[in-house]
Amino acid sequence: MNQTMTLSHDLHRDDEASKIGMWLFIFTELLLFAGLFIVYGVYRYLNPVAFHLAAEELSVTVGTYNTIILLVSSATMAMASTAIRLKNKGMTLLLLGITLFIAFMFMVNKFFEWKGKFGHGIFPGSDDLLRLGHGDTLFFGLYFFMTGLHALHIIVGFVLITIVAVRVNNNTLTADNPVLLDNSGLYWHLVDLIWIFLFPLFYLIT
Amino acid sequence: MSNQETETTHVSFRDVKSKYKGIFAWIFSTDHKRVGLLYLYSIVSFFVVGVLLGAAMKLELMSPGKTIMDPQAYNAIFTLHGVIMIFLVVVPGLPAVFGNFFLPIMIGAKDVAFPKLNLLSWWVYVVGALVALSALFAGGGPPDTGWTFYAPYSFKTNTNMLPAVLGAFILGFSSILTGINFIVTIHRLRAPGMSWFRLPLFPWTLYGTAWIQILATPIVGITLLMIVGERLFNIGFFDPALGGDPILYQHLFWIYSHPAVYIMILPAMGVISEIIPTFANKSIFGYKAIVISTLAIAFVGYFVWGHHMFTSGMSGTALYTFSFLTFLVAIPSAIKVFNWVGTLHKASIQLEAPFFWAASFLFVFMIGGLSGLALGALATNVHLHDTAFVVAHFHFIVFGGVGFAFMGAIHYWFPKMWGRMYNTRVATTGWIFFFIGFNTLYLPMFFLGIDGMPRRYYDYVERFHGPNIVSTIGSWVMIAGIIIILVNLIRGAKYGPITTNKNPWGGKTLEWEVDSPPTLENFEEIPVIDRSPYDYR
Amino acid sequence: MENNNESHIVPYKTYGIILSVLIVLTLISVAVTRIELASLTVFVAILLAAVKSSFVLIYFMHLKFDNKLLKALVAAVFILIALVMVVTFLDYNYR
Repeated sequence: MNQTMTLSHDLHRDDEASKIGMWLFIFTELLLFAGLFIVYGVYRYLNPVAFHLAAEELSVTVGTYNTIILLVSSATMAMASTAIRLKNKGMTLLLLGITLFIAFMFMVNKFFEWKGKFGHGIFPGSDDLLRLGHGDTLFFGLYFFMTGLHALHIIVGFVLITIVAVRVNNNTLTADNPVLLDNSGLYWHLVDLIWIFLFPLFYLIT
Repeated sequence: MSNQETETTHVSFRDVKSKYKGIFAWIFSTDHKRVGLLYLYSIVSFFVVGVLLGAAMKLELMSPGKTIMDPQAYNAIFTLHGVIMIFLVVVPGLPAVFGNFFLPIMIGAKDVAFPKLNLLSWWVYVVGALVALSALFAGGGPPDTGWTFYAPYSFKTNTNMLPAVLGAFILGFSSILTGINFIVTIHRLRAPGMSWFRLPLFPWTLYGTAWIQILATPIVGITLLMIVGERLFNIGFFDPALGGDPILYQHLFWIYSHPAVYIMILPAMGVISEIIPTFANKSIFGYKAIVISTLAIAFVGYFVWGHHMFTSGMSGTALYTFSFLTFLVAIPSAIKVFNWVGTLHKASIQLEAPFFWAASFLFVFMIGGLSGLALGALATNVHLHDTAFVVAHFHFIVFGGVGFAFMGAIHYWFPKMWGRMYNTRVATTGWIFFFIGFNTLYLPMFFLGIDGMPRRYYDYVERFHGPNIVSTIGSWVMIAGIIIILVNLIRGAKYGPITTNKNPWGGKTLEWEVDSPPTLENFEEIPVIDRSPYDYR
Repeated sequence: MENNNESHIVPYKTYGIILSVLIVLTLISVAVTRIELASLTVFVAILLAAVKSSFVLIYFMHLKFDNKLLKALVAAVFILIALVMVVTFLDYNYR
């Protein structure tokens, strides 16, 4: 009776396994959004004119701006993976910091965008929306649901990257075990990937 | 044989000391075997609840008119029966219990790839179950939509839909985590020399299952979230009054829920593929054909969801396509049955309880599968849709398939899991009761369905009375069988004779080479594999 | 099982170049949709999004330097999503 529970679970570390696990999780996220893209596709197909007109309500400028800053944050996140491998702690922290700042800015923009829509009486179940007709109801229902779910992912990513930054700062995450940083990066790129599709579908195709 | 001396040095995973005491040593354990047993105890408990609900329905249907409950109670009970049996019992069933316990051992690993994630998936399961069951007690009354939560009724009804839907959503997460864990485990932790085609068939089916869990479950997750959105914010996704399309809900729901049938049945097929060669004492016939058909079922099974919706008003093109694909997916299943029967050909068969379950699996699976073709054909489907025929069909597949395989698995692996043996004579008696009861319960429903008795009603016209009485009596016989089996297994686990033989059935896969019960890390030394898993002679 | 902890270090410059390409593609897609191309607009916008996402997958998400298996799996998942959409539209397109 001399064995203990945690004998060798941590004996071997398998970074490749962690990476595959993260990718599998990303697959589930892609399928999750795929369900919504199917709904979008079907309703766009059934209400082409209304979707066309409703999309003009959204500001292309704000959308483009958010797209570009999110792309920049994806690049800085990817660069952080390089920086940690080059054993450049300061640079890693700087890049993670920029990523976090941009994530925050994205949310601020989103907040004002949503607030504007609410101010115009456009929100799920509102009377104004019902008066506009079926196509607009569905378009804005999907808009709030999909960008809302995406924003939720931004918040999760924000928390993840904060944890990574703290661990880099107190040297528990270094060039020897960068897998948590890499996996958080993969997650962040996923968030970017989904936005790349959300942007044209809601803002551009008018 | 030499277990006497090894017992002093080898410590069973049950007796390992941990930093936690009592029950906490189990619910905080990351050992895959303990997690598997945690799942076993939770799933069997929910199974008993599900069976009791089912028995209540059969009692109500024993005679026309109100027998023991009113229509609203009947609606609630078939919903709960479905939710519990599908989401809490059958979907996690074989992978979470026997997959967790035996997958690492069968591929020669010390644990799954992510042991902590594994424990987390059980916790998520428990939370999901509690949330789902809280629907029973909070105001509004239990949900009454059926387990499919069809829109638009699911956001119009005043019953407690939210907890049921959220519970199913959380349970999906548990399923996904198990799937991720198994795929990575099989990719990364196979013992040296275990090439893909030396992987035993149960792990192969778990691999196919895990892919479906990962790729299909998110779709139902998002669909359930949309239902939550509908109820809370009145968004209008599936509400015709707001421009939504309820048939789209059915599409999304079945994009998951049909593959979910394969999440259920594939591991069952894997179990049968383990039991049959062991008791036939013969190498499995057509190993590669079984592997390829497993992957084919997993892939084609993703694209047959529309056959649940033949009468919904889909386009003709979609109808033909889905019907064609449904017939296509029957082929790999038939290949498997052919291979199992081929394995039995000219074999010298040990007639033991696990084999009885496996052999009767073939019988009920064939009935279930062939009646599925009657439903997959467009013309007959119009007549049979939403009748008792459908209920009989999916119980033959889901309960007959998964239930019989589960019973077979637990009788097969019992000496390995507990290091003790149950009473084999009582086990056979239990099987006889169960098998006779099962067929008496569900076979009459085929005839009732063809005759036009609809499903999901607490009442029926007088001419359906006879077969319904037979069916209800069958449910009693089956429950007697379940009681005999449960008592026998619990007694066996507590007081049964200690098995001194590591390999009582003469199996060739790796789990028969480790101690009974296995030690904490299963293997002293990771084995090197130089043969196929069913290398009998 | 080999444990390849060591991985290819991508220079900052590569990421910089990919980022500029992505931004340019974004601006192009905004500009293109301003022109009325009728039914082609949707097609062009989706095509550009697909190109952009490929860049993110290949470079930012490191697929270029990953093994063949992972590449194949990612491709398979996107094909699966496309197939599910096609099969769903077998209903809506022919109703």
